[in-house]
Amino acid sequence: MKGIITLTVMNRPGVLNRITNLFSKRSYNIESITVGSSEQPDISRITVVVQVENDKELEQITKQLNKQIDIIKVMNITNQAIVARELALVKVTAATQTRSEIYSLIEPFRGSVVDISKDSLVIQITGEAEKIEAFIELLRPYGIKELTRTGTTAFLRGTQKTQGTAKNFSIV
Amino acid sequence: MQKTALAERKGDALMKSGADILMDSLKKESVEVIFGYPGGAVLPIYDSLYDAGIPHILARHEQGAIHAAEGYARITGKPGVVIATSGPGATNIVTGLADALIDSIPLVVLTGQVATGVIGTDAFQEADVLGITTPITKHNYQVRNPKDFPRIIKEAFYIASSGRPGPVLIDVPKDMAVLAAEVDEDPVVNLPGYQPKLTPNYLQIKKLGEEIAKAKRPLILAGAGVLISKAHEELKTFAEQQHIPVVHTLLGLGGFPANHPLFIGMAGMHGVYAANMALSKCDLLINIGARFDDRLTGNLNHFAPLAAVAHIDIDPVEIGKNVPTQIPIVGDAKEALEMLIEQNSEKAESEEWIKQLHDWNKEFPLKYERVEDRLKPQYVLELLHQETKGEAVITTDVGQHQMWAAQYYGFNKPHAWVTSGGLGTMGFGLPAAIGAQLAKPDAVVASIVGDGGFQMTLQELGVIAELGLPIKIIIINNHALGMVRQWQQTFYNERYSHSLLHSQPSFVKLAEAYGIRAFEIHTEQEAKEKMKEAFALNEPVLLDFRVEQGENVYPMVAPGKGLHEMEGV
Repeated sequence: MKGIITLTVMNRPGVLNRITNLFSKRSYNIESITVGSSEQPDISRITVVVQVENDKELEQITKQLNKQIDIIKVMNITNQAIVARELALVKVTAATQTRSEIYSLIEPFRGSVVDISKDSLVIQITGEAEKIEAFIELLRPYGIKELTRTGTTAFLRGTQKTQGTAKNFSIV
Repeated sequence: MQKTALAERKGDALMKSGADILMDSLKKESVEVIFGYPGGAVLPIYDSLYDAGIPHILARHEQGAIHAAEGYARITGKPGVVIATSGPGATNIVTGLADALIDSIPLVVLTGQVATGVIGTDAFQEADVLGITTPITKHNYQVRNPKDFPRIIKEAFYIASSGRPGPVLIDVPKDMAVLAAEVDEDPVVNLPGYQPKLTPNYLQIKKLGEEIAKAKRPLILAGAGVLISKAHEELKTFAEQQHIPVVHTLLGLGGFPANHPLFIGMAGMHGVYAANMALSKCDLLINIGARFDDRLTGNLNHFAPLAAVAHIDIDPVEIGKNVPTQIPIVGDAKEALEMLIEQNSEKAESEEWIKQLHDWNKEFPLKYERVEDRLKPQYVLELLHQETKGEAVITTDVGQHQMWAAQYYGFNKPHAWVTSGGLGTMGFGLPAAIGAQLAKPDAVVASIVGDGGFQMTLQELGVIAELGLPIKIIIINNHALGMVRQWQQTFYNERYSHSLLHSQPSFVKLAEAYGIRAFEIHTEQEAKEKMKEAFALNEPVLLDFRVEQGENVYPMVAPGKGLHEMEGV
């Protein structure tokens, strides 16, 4: 299963190294990790998408991360109402004949063209991971020359639906 | 050479060199002794140490320094302080850091580093110490501004000794120790992400009380957490009040008196039959400060199958990590036990159960065969117990001698057992004894080592001789890496691949070369005489006990087996 964990961390040297070390030490596979500044100075926010076997593994990771001195807060938001976004840049082959066809795909996905050359386009698209994957699949037949994705960044929505099963209890 | 930067006033601010600020900060933490080894990158620190008034023990190898600091920390509960230089100095302490992390030993370790201007250029004696030590420290720092020394030192001591203790490393680039900075007299600790939880949840304590009242076969498993939080008195009161028998982990020995009627013994791979059967048959298991290590639990599918499990631990990570837990109690062992004692819930009806455990102990005691003219290692340990009344401080390496010490010494007092449990480090015992003796100058300290491990750190005999520390070095000499040999005999068809030490120096002559009195011992009679003689002397003595090579540690839970499937009972 896929888990999404958000971290609030002190912006100090070596923090990212400590975090990735924890994942590799227990051989958990990081699918994506995004790091950036937050609303407070000296504090960064990190979103990690991780492949795990079960909830127990996810709980272990959460606890291990919580133990790190420079990590202020850890949240397992896998089963919560969240806003999750990722950005992808796709360089696709676009000859004159297919160009308008490609344009017609971009609009419903609310992508935008950020670079045009003689035989290719660079398209920027944002959204949840599934949307981006769907878009990439649609472009694939035209010939994708290059592709880069940022990985998911996420946080909780302002309002949480009340959940029947109280899964996210804490023993602390 | 002149001191690099003497204290001077610049305007109103007091300016000092980074190294001088560092020494002041260490003094503020009441550091009694530093274990270390100088080198190029720490020259400014050693220059400041020269007249700082903090005693320094010059080890003969950095590994010796850090194991000595571990021994000191185990006995006092205070962080052991180590200084090593950059590059090879720092890599030589890696084993000690890993050992301290897994066994929860507080250390503050200072390593030199090349100057900030050349970090990352493969400079002379440069190593990426932060990178190397990140997975084996509780936390680490690199000083980037000399004015940060007071804050970093204060934080390091706090982190190392609070919550679940562990090693903290501070990497000091050479220029940071030289540069002058304004002295921060009152540093502010800024650790929003570190708030160890000490007070347990009352509702969980109440729930445990209810379970105890219902239990017929309750059991306490006491680990090193009891010793770390100095909760041995509370443990005794609680066990007596609720009438619950106690088994120990390897590292927990001494937390409950071995001669107490509720003590069943050490559990685990080489634990006593009654203790392992107690774990297999109990209906309520109360783990206090143990981490359910695989050497304790055996095959997890067969571990405590009938029990409701309560786990008291200051580190939430440990709860539910290996064994599913019904009553998780996050907090300090002492506070949890105080709450349980105050609650004074209904006693368990455990008379029959306790009788059963004692019957097992009578029926299946630890045993070995004494043969005339041959010296058995177990006999040496029993003799040591008699000679020291079970009250000596014992340090060991890892392996057969360690297990025999744990089985036969019989610890009646807490904070007297210094052994490498989790990491299983050969060469730990001798330097650890140096730290233990310095921590308790009046204590009787015996370092029990095998002939293999002894040769890994025997250079520290130089420190023992120089300081005249009255440590008794007891070599259980079977001319083999005994535990490796035992496993090869049992599981590898007696193919003794590189585990027999045919060629050895004379340990007696070696000790004498250092000016240490030494005896070679072959028989029980000699053992009795020399043991008495050695402990009557207030000076270091090395005793080389030539024991039988084929002797194995029993009973044993083979790897992959459950605790109820013991062999050699």
